[in-house]
Amino acid sequence: MKNEFQVIADLIEKDKKVLDVGCADGTLMKFLKDNKNINIRGLEISKERVQECIAKGLTVIEGNAEKDLKQFPDKSFDYVILSQTLQAFLNPELVLNELLRVGKKAIVTIPNFGYWKVRFHLLFKGTMPITKTLPDEWYNTPNLHMCTIKDFFHFVKSKDIKIFKSLALNNLNSSIINMSNLGVKNLFADLGIFLIEK
Amino acid sequence: MNTEKNIKTLIVKKPLKLDCGKTIKDFPIAYETYGSLNSKKDNAILVFHALTGDQFVTGINPVTNKEGWWSYAVGPDKAIDTNKYFVICSNVIGGCMGSYGPSHKDPDQKIFGTNFPVITINDMVNAQYNLLDHFGIDKLFSITGGSMGGMQVLQFISNFPDKSKTVIPIATTSSHSAQNIAFNELGRQAITADSNWKDGNYTSNDTNPGKGLAVARMAAHITYLSKKGLQEKFGRKLQEREDLKFGFDADFQIESYLRYQGSVFVDRFDANSYLYITRAMDYFDLAKQFNGNLSEAFKNANAKFFIISFTSDWLYPTQENKDIVIALNSIGADVGFVEIESDKGHDSFLLDVPDFLGALKNFLDKSYEEN
Repeated sequence: MKNEFQVIADLIEKDKKVLDVGCADGTLMKFLKDNKNINIRGLEISKERVQECIAKGLTVIEGNAEKDLKQFPDKSFDYVILSQTLQAFLNPELVLNELLRVGKKAIVTIPNFGYWKVRFHLLFKGTMPITKTLPDEWYNTPNLHMCTIKDFFHFVKSKDIKIFKSLALNNLNSSIINMSNLGVKNLFADLGIFLIEK
Repeated sequence: MNTEKNIKTLIVKKPLKLDCGKTIKDFPIAYETYGSLNSKKDNAILVFHALTGDQFVTGINPVTNKEGWWSYAVGPDKAIDTNKYFVICSNVIGGCMGSYGPSHKDPDQKIFGTNFPVITINDMVNAQYNLLDHFGIDKLFSITGGSMGGMQVLQFISNFPDKSKTVIPIATTSSHSAQNIAFNELGRQAITADSNWKDGNYTSNDTNPGKGLAVARMAAHITYLSKKGLQEKFGRKLQEREDLKFGFDADFQIESYLRYQGSVFVDRFDANSYLYITRAMDYFDLAKQFNGNLSEAFKNANAKFFIISFTSDWLYPTQENKDIVIALNSIGADVGFVEIESDKGHDSFLLDVPDFLGALKNFLDKSYEEN
């Protein structure tokens, strides 16, 4: 998790204006604010998490990304971040479009369902995979629309969304994803990080 | 009604042009302060009171001998920590705790009554702005208030966009709704229907229109609570009796409670002030002041906003508070928002609601650290 935040931070220049959608307890926001002087706002649906953000001195709006992103004007943030949440929305495509409308660029990270441990879990155990990035049981997971790095890569291409950078993350190692290594990265990364624009 | 003792007053010499067209000058603003102003004068918080509040925010109110209206939130080590911050609150003009109002005398030494000019939220904050000069404060650290206090917060930052670092409107609206106007009208009708009201020309020697004012308070009081809160507190419990009495005495605890609320209110509040202040609330429509675009009201404000609403507040519901958030977001303002879970209705902001008080404290203290 910490490494994901470091990779995200490396993608953003200093002094930018950033919105963290589904900012949870504000750990990433605080990291960006303290380390890169980023003017950061959060949107979070959980009242408890909102309180935790306020206690950290962060600017956060209680709200639902599927309904409340529409209040932000076009391109009103330099970057909009969505960390490991896309798969939990009823309509991920709508949220993705909103991210790309509100932000000049968007950073989307996804837990990779194509990761070899996930595949092995299902293949050999025959039960729904549980990993570090997918910690919940099938009956209590918030995830509705799991996808693989390959799925997301193709989806983004098909929607004419420009990919500036796509990174595969495996524990502490991050590496560039491209068309030629997509199959390998899809097998060995547990997290995909995409910097995109429309 | 109001005694002169223990009331600090600032006489505003500068003429103030009111929205109704009239100009007032040499008028009193009654205020109170808590904590102390630091040498940099950067720790002042201006608190605005609601409809029936006054300048005595916390501790024992020296006039009513009751706890101040925001004692849960303001005081040493509380959410608005008076060990750290200098809290100023003044009685609104039109009020009855020492500020210029309908119980004052006109230049001919006749009590104003309804000859007092109709005032607005805008007039109230313009009058209170004089307190900044009085204390030599260039920029407040924060402005806050709930309900009508929140309306004043919004109007203040719109009128004086560079005069506060942080802005905290609570359980409020940018535009008084038809439902709220209706409730206020009900209260006004109760007062004016009381034969002792005499077109507002009652004097302190006469019998007050207390019956009408009590009914106004009772009706309003219901709107400050939630159905669930009322049900849990009172249900159908009977008042000091085993069974129904088949009469019109207060059989139910809720009846007795409301009657009590009405009667104690009459002792501390002036009926004409009630008319004036509810009118000011009804006239409040900040968006209208900017041709229907609420964002315009805040476009010059370089402040950190934090808006708070409550789940069970049906008088100033979350959506009306969110409209303010939306207007601020649409101009890229620094705005935070939280809806606090509470079954205590609109009154939540006055009560011991830990999530609310915690959020308020954290927001203020963290913002002050960043100062």
